[in-house]
Amino acid sequence: MRPFAYLRPTSVEETCCMLTEHGEGAKLIAGGQSLIPMLKQRIMAPDYIIDLKYVSELDYIVENGEGIRIGALATHRDVETSPLIRKRFPVLMEMERWLAQVQIKNWGTLVGNLAHADPGGDPAPPLIALGAKVKAVSQRGKRVIHLEDFFEDYLTTVLEPDELLVEVQISNPPDSSGAAYRKETIRAGDNPIGAVAAMVRLEEEKVREARIILGGVGPTPIKAEKASKLLSGASLGALPLGEAARAAAEEADPSSDLEGSAEYKKRIVYVLTKEIVSRAVERALAQGGRSR
Amino acid sequence: MKQRLEFTVNGEKVTIFVDAWRTLQEVLRDELKLKGVKSGCNSGFCGSCTVLIDGRAVKSCLVLALQTEGRDILTIEGLSKDGALHPLQQAFIDHFAIQCGYCTAGMLLTAKALVDENHNPTEEQVREGLRGNLCRCTGYKKIVETVLAYSKGKKV
Repeated sequence: MRPFAYLRPTSVEETCCMLTEHGEGAKLIAGGQSLIPMLKQRIMAPDYIIDLKYVSELDYIVENGEGIRIGALATHRDVETSPLIRKRFPVLMEMERWLAQVQIKNWGTLVGNLAHADPGGDPAPPLIALGAKVKAVSQRGKRVIHLEDFFEDYLTTVLEPDELLVEVQISNPPDSSGAAYRKETIRAGDNPIGAVAAMVRLEEEKVREARIILGGVGPTPIKAEKASKLLSGASLGALPLGEAARAAAEEADPSSDLEGSAEYKKRIVYVLTKEIVSRAVERALAQGGRSR
Repeated sequence: MKQRLEFTVNGEKVTIFVDAWRTLQEVLRDELKLKGVKSGCNSGFCGSCTVLIDGRAVKSCLVLALQTEGRDILTIEGLSKDGALHPLQQAFIDHFAIQCGYCTAGMLLTAKALVDENHNPTEEQVREGLRGNLCRCTGYKKIVETVLAYSKGKKV
């Protein structure tokens, strides 16, 4: 790693002050499980590292009447083992199960994963499918951003240099809805060759709303709009799964690399879309059957 | 410009001055001479540098040393007590779960944290819990059996 100065704020206010002062030259670190390898490879060489691990006010997973908020210090393991997450958003528990390995999950954070914006990151696709938002603060004020509008490009988000991502907000899922996520990998815990998340909402034996999000097959998570549209309004007895999966594969924008050719990755998206949409529908049916 | 770091390592309070860009692994190995913290891939894949931070398994090559201020670190050197091996270490010997030994320190610490959290894991849970530790001798079968036997309190 190239030398840098290490700063250790203990509040959000102090962090924002440091970001205002050092801006472009600074990089925030929480778990750093993606950042430290990049520092070692000198892909990044900031002058200042601002450590969030001691900003304890950001260590939370809480529920209010409308949904759940996950603070910037909640680790992947906190999310995976949270009774609140298990109860409200089991798809996130399922996502965390196959994210990296326990050591990474014990120190790395979910919000940090979003801020890092690696398109292979696991949390973004299911969170976008759930309609999650993120909250950013700076000395200039605060703003809430739809997660689907958050990613601009590979490792690039809409955050300004003086902004700190403090939490992700997820509204309670509507009645008769279900979500699922799965990735295909070479070894368990790897970044995806391809990943698909889906959320469906049912109404009177029909899909009222479908949201299909692809991960690891483009510079950012991809909203498969055509595939989602094909499913919206379809009756459960005649779901156009194959057609939607073909559309999703078309909408994927992968590049060929060591893990597979672009063509192979599109094929993965096709297969996963069929499976994940079906699972989301099953879950929505199971959920709709419960009295609420 | 070195910064002050005060933390607990294997039960002892330690105060040292370290460069901000040093990882926990470098500080434990090079400053505190705890060579049981192995250096394998140095990029978070192999798990041989695993230590426990406040009881949780973490890859020390992916943590800045200064991020452990005030925390409690356990390395393999701290696992035995007064010269007596920890029962999990003894189980690794009794069940032949060691081949070249390079992954052993990391395996032991990850396994200890796993069993501390889940007293009676299934084979699948052990395999899932240990997937961040690579054994290049591919001795996984014996290691998994050992952790299962240890958690069930069985003797050889």
